[in-house]
Amino acid sequence: MIDIIIGHYNYWVVIFLMMAGFYTVINRGNLIKKIAGINIFQTSVFLMYISIGYVSDGTPPIIAEGFTKYSNPLPHVMILTAIVVGVSTTALGLALVVRIKEAYGTIEEDEIHDQDMSL
Amino acid sequence: MIEQNLSLLLVVIPLLFSPVVAILPNGRLPWLVVLAVTWTCLVIACWQLSVVIDGKIISYELGGWSPPWGIEYRIDAMNALVALIVAGVAAITVPYALLSVEKEIPTQQISLFYSVVLLFIVGLLGIAQTGDVFNLFVFLEISSLSSYVLIAMGRERRALTAAYQYLVMGTVGATFLLIGIGLLYAETGTLNMQDLHQRLLPIIDHRTVHTGFAFVVVGIALKLALFPLHLWVPNAYKYAPSAISVLLAATSTKVAVYIMLRIVFTIFSSDFVKTTPTDLIFLILGVVGVMLASITAIFQTDAKRLLAYSSIAQVSYMALGIGLASTLGVTATLVHLFNHALMKAALFMAVGAMVYRVGISRFEELNGLGRQMPWTFTALFIAGLSLIGVPGTAGFISKWYLVLAAMEQQAWLIVVVVLLGSLLAVVYMWKMVEVLLFHPLTSTGAAVKEAPLLLLIPMWILVLANIYFGFNTELTVNVADTATRLLGVSTYHE
Repeated sequence: MIDIIIGHYNYWVVIFLMMAGFYTVINRGNLIKKIAGINIFQTSVFLMYISIGYVSDGTPPIIAEGFTKYSNPLPHVMILTAIVVGVSTTALGLALVVRIKEAYGTIEEDEIHDQDMSL
Repeated sequence: MIEQNLSLLLVVIPLLFSPVVAILPNGRLPWLVVLAVTWTCLVIACWQLSVVIDGKIISYELGGWSPPWGIEYRIDAMNALVALIVAGVAAITVPYALLSVEKEIPTQQISLFYSVVLLFIVGLLGIAQTGDVFNLFVFLEISSLSSYVLIAMGRERRALTAAYQYLVMGTVGATFLLIGIGLLYAETGTLNMQDLHQRLLPIIDHRTVHTGFAFVVVGIALKLALFPLHLWVPNAYKYAPSAISVLLAATSTKVAVYIMLRIVFTIFSSDFVKTTPTDLIFLILGVVGVMLASITAIFQTDAKRLLAYSSIAQVSYMALGIGLASTLGVTATLVHLFNHALMKAALFMAVGAMVYRVGISRFEELNGLGRQMPWTFTALFIAGLSLIGVPGTAGFISKWYLVLAAMEQQAWLIVVVVLLGSLLAVVYMWKMVEVLLFHPLTSTGAAVKEAPLLLLIPMWILVLANIYFGFNTELTVNVADTATRLLGVSTYHE
């Protein structure tokens, strides 16, 4: 039992971050906070991939004397790509928020909704 | 030499020209380049389909790394069909786009706009070509990110909030897909679709595999606008520039349906679908989606929103085909994929032509316009018949196959739902016809002339295609049949 909790602590972190991020996306009305939530949500996935690639007692995959156990580099490479995707999503999302602020004068979801309905 | 590389060039050519277009001066030059690129893509896509149409498979190893280590482009009949839909719709929409984009997009943004359009096409073509799930994720994000940008270019400020809403939901969907791929990779150590299938067979009962499957399916369902994950669709289609509404409605959800077929039947299998509740979930969501979206469409007061809800209903038909999980069902899904692209593109073009003249797609502005714009109205009317599924149009063929697939399994409820859905389609299309034909003209409407030829010709090419594929089903049904066979879907037996 204790082994499941301690031995998989990185996965517990993943689950916690995933839920926290997802909850923020759903629950917050502030558009920037939503983007932050998406970021946390994505970060948890990055952490999950890195955990998958880890081999216990393994070193980074660099060939050198005296080291025979290496971590799997492929998930790390994949997650580099996913980080790039995440950065561009964040940039685009924040750019949209700036434009929304210019057009509506607010970044609160309910106030934007009220403005749209009052037309 | 060049022939072996054509499948890759289909993705690389638009990718290379996207930055080129971005630095061109604003004006008609960027449009001309995009036109040339999309038609080149269409030629390559046609060639590709002609090679794989009888069941041959093109396998291309990127960078000479042999699969499953390297990324493989693996093209069978289904890939080629989807690539043809994307390239074809793009090639027909670009000529249509010239005038409406000049009217809707600020002049200083035109070259950037076309650059993003090319990126969007790159993403969709890439999804259609690749045989590697992670590569698929990357292309999905390329097409999604560019579609957020394109929607935000709409003229009203609500385009921004529509794009933002789509960005949040789309990113959550893509991240779900990423989680699912990660879990499958953790279990198998491979990303190649064929290899994944082989390696999943012995461990198909593992809980991690099931969890991964669930994440992938939910993620794709968001992109596919499967009920109840469809909330981003109406606003995204409505507030996007007219040409982008056409592109989005005709290609992006169709490509998502293709991904779903690949994941469900190539990586997993029809047996897996039947032994887990997957088929039931697709059937229930499909039934509810058809009914609810069609009924909601009836109460819309905006032409583009009405068509968006009808799109959700049509995608639900495709979900029904997946849920039936038989040869006939999947064939129906694939044929409907092709036919729906034709009819929805034509419908959105017709509404776009009216928006080109009056600026808004709300019904009160469109009153009586059908009499002022007879050619546009006739196009809308015929495409509407195809949407309803009247015999002699493309829409009839796909619904016919879907009904056959449902009857084969004695799923009478599905048959009733398909027929009821068509009746509801009659109601909402009639509502549009009534507004356009019988309502009195508004004061601005009286001065409206027929749409320019450059808008009418692409629209009528699609309308004629709707009729042509209603009579000549050889191409669509043959390709769908070959594709279904290669997917390994078994025929239904009790």
